Amino acid sequence: MLESGKSAWFPPEGSTTAAHVDLLLYFLVAVTASVGLLVAFLMFYFCIKYRRRPGAGRPAKTNASHALEWFWTITPMFIFAVMFIWGAVVYVDAYHAPADAIPIYGIGKQWMWKFQHPEGQREINTLHVPLGRPVQVLLTSEDVIHSFFVPGFRVHMDVLPNRYTSVWFQATRPGDYHLFCSQYCGTNHAGMIGTVVVMEQADFENWLSLHAEGSLALEGRKVFLKYRCISCHSANSGARAPVLEGLYGSTARLNTGKAVVADDAYIRESILDPGAKIAAGWENIMPTFRGQVSEEEIYALIAYFRSLKRGETPRRVEDYPPPTATPPINTTAPDGRASDGRASDSKPSQPAQP
Amino acid sequence: MTIATLPPPAPLPAEPPAERSNYLNVSYGVVSWLLTKDHKRIAILYLISVTAMFFLGGAAISIVRLHLITPQGALVSADTYNRLFTMHGVIMVFFFLVPVAPAVLGNFCLPLMIGAKDLAFPRINLLSWYLYVVGGAWTLYAMLTEGVDTGWTFYAPYSSQATHYNVVPTLIGLVLAGFSSLFTGLNFIVTTHWLRAPGLTWFRLPIFVWAMYATSFISLLAVPVLAMALILLMLERLLHIGIFDPALGGDPLLFQHLFWFYSHPAVYIMILPGMGIVSEVIPCFARKALFGYKFVACSSLAIAFLSFLVWAHHMFVAGITLYAALIFSCLSFLVAVPSAIKVFNWTATLYKGSIAFETPMLFCLGFVALFTSGGLTGLFLATLGVDMHVHDTYFVIAHFHFIMVGGMVMAYMGGLHFWWPKMTGRMYSQWWSRLAALIIFVGFFLTFLPQFVVGYNGMPRRYYQYVPEFQVWNVLSSAGASILAVGYLLPLGYLFYSLRYGPRTGDNPWGATGLEWQTSSPPPRDNFAVTPTVYRGPYEYDTGKAQNEP
Repeated sequence: MLESGKSAWFPPEGSTTAAHVDLLLYFLVAVTASVGLLVAFLMFYFCIKYRRRPGAGRPAKTNASHALEWFWTITPMFIFAVMFIWGAVVYVDAYHAPADAIPIYGIGKQWMWKFQHPEGQREINTLHVPLGRPVQVLLTSEDVIHSFFVPGFRVHMDVLPNRYTSVWFQATRPGDYHLFCSQYCGTNHAGMIGTVVVMEQADFENWLSLHAEGSLALEGRKVFLKYRCISCHSANSGARAPVLEGLYGSTARLNTGKAVVADDAYIRESILDPGAKIAAGWENIMPTFRGQVSEEEIYALIAYFRSLKRGETPRRVEDYPPPTATPPINTTAPDGRASDGRASDSKPSQPAQP
Repeated sequence: MTIATLPPPAPLPAEPPAERSNYLNVSYGVVSWLLTKDHKRIAILYLISVTAMFFLGGAAISIVRLHLITPQGALVSADTYNRLFTMHGVIMVFFFLVPVAPAVLGNFCLPLMIGAKDLAFPRINLLSWYLYVVGGAWTLYAMLTEGVDTGWTFYAPYSSQATHYNVVPTLIGLVLAGFSSLFTGLNFIVTTHWLRAPGLTWFRLPIFVWAMYATSFISLLAVPVLAMALILLMLERLLHIGIFDPALGGDPLLFQHLFWFYSHPAVYIMILPGMGIVSEVIPCFARKALFGYKFVACSSLAIAFLSFLVWAHHMFVAGITLYAALIFSCLSFLVAVPSAIKVFNWTATLYKGSIAFETPMLFCLGFVALFTSGGLTGLFLATLGVDMHVHDTYFVIAHFHFIMVGGMVMAYMGGLHFWWPKMTGRMYSQWWSRLAALIIFVGFFLTFLPQFVVGYNGMPRRYYQYVPEFQVWNVLSSAGASILAVGYLLPLGYLFYSLRYGPRTGDNPWGATGLEWQTSSPPPRDNFAVTPTVYRGPYEYDTGKAQNEP
């Protein structure tokens, strides 16, 4: 691990999952080593004891024992059943993220990792996470298949294009952990590595506020306006598309009569392939945004919908009357301070932003 | 019924005492070899081809192992590295491990073991070899001009859209080689059904024949799926038809499903013949009947069947559903049961035997040890909770090589040394060959044990550079590989030497009871002067009676 002085024999145990996986590993090592050594011992013992001696005749036939055959056919099955169930329990646990996990949005591309925090921070090849809190990383790829692998956490998930996968972990020790791409992805596959930095809760909060440029949801709101989604998905009574308030995580009824949970994948699909699942009571008039909206913008939209509460849908631009006259441009700003935000704030002629 | 029940041909005229007519001296010249329909000569052609491929694949990985001595990579660029490990994987899997035992040892021994004059379709057998050679030529052309950098797994969409290298010619080569093994499988199945000597009932067949039969069925059923997957990949790459690439509307997991639907059964194509070889050699040198013959025979068929139901265990973290993962994990444990049955039976065969440590036996005992280690570590990978950590790391590499190199190559060496006197009529140096067996065994452990550790520590596969804390394990592994390389070069030397200078052996130097040993060594063109009649099972070492002794 990056932390110096760690054993070369064993990776650091940096997450709750790591402890479970290692315990399972010890069990498997104990069982398989016992069986393996038993077979090795018997072979070795037989080879010494029954080695061919000069002048010895042909050994008599040993009659096959059906009881013995069935014994070593059935017994492994019981041992395997224990391995299977224990392994399944650990896997199922790693499969389902806790409901209160912090969502982090990750993108793999040749050959880098990009992460976005809900608070708005962006990182490349580094991921800061808080100690002792479950974190769920939503993953997608912009090109080929990658794999998100943090050995210190014993978690591993392939990252596919046009699709979301996710992985979750709860760090148990502060420090730096390797992040590897483990699915071969081309020339610099071995260079697609990064660091997961586990910080104490207070340090993490501090770090969060240091670099923020506004939350990811706010960015999503801008994307929502930029692509004029609001033209149809407005809160007006005459809207041409369903209002998206409170949609995230709810159960959406479809015009086929089926119902789906409006999760990340559903939202992404509805943006890129609007005809795939149509909300009950609506016509499919939405064009696809494939090729226009980037994966990062979709993440921002998801974060936005996640935060969108009842009554928070922005008003359509069309609801504002167009300006009847251009506001006078202040040409007297001295020494170019007009580009400075602090200076602009003081100008009374600036119209208020909606 | 068949040729086997035709009246026996008239006995051959008295042979000259100096050298009897055999398949090697019945005719001479390159054409007589290249147009031969004799399964034994075709086996020799295969032997030469797969040996060349083995050393090519070995050369590629030697550079890789040298490169990995330092964390930054000591020798080659990233692109070269990626092409080298791809070359190693493609050549070793498709042009060495898959054909080696069926096409060399199976081709040579199967008709002899069942008392037949040849395979059922000698011309198709020759066609198989030509398909292999043409496929190999395509692949080598692709490898040696620009190269391919996808890894032997060709995962889409990297292989179909992203890479700039020679994917299509490689795939053409693999499809051709696939049909080579398919035709061989077809040939073996028909031969086993129709050309058995009188009295050779199914439960008197040597386990090697059972293993070949099971292997052939896997080839027959799985190769078409591989061909389909690779042809679809070519279509997508050449014509941009969206099948696997999501940017074209495809599904990348579909490729993985199709690929592993072949490639998981394919690892049993590779290992089942090895199990067959060991089941011949251990009884012979322990002078004991194979313990639990019927269980061992049926476990081969069970493996062949179950091997088709476990493919998605390569995809536990690839984005399959939870239920798929649970089912495939469970089934993967099931396929381990027949393998365990075999190991226990081989061990029990040694009990109260009279064990001689000739070279073939050393290789096969080594096989049991390494295969057992490989099989037991396979349980770690079938266990979902561990696989989600070690997937795509060196742990998987180590496991795979324990089965394939530790297991299969050891077994192949055992088989080659066992049947070498049968194939050539000459004996190699016992001293050198025992030394080689020992060197390979030790070198193997030194090469691959460190990879388990570095894998659990998290070193992903296919990395041309790595973080410094992995260095100690990589240096150990490379050091072991250099020992292993010596072990593999030695047989090349002493086996060649034996061809000319090795002492002539009798027809049955090991005192084996199988039918193949009851004809002369090397065998005549038509294998048996008179079609033998079989009276007993293959391993009656307590009486020492051959299968054709009344």
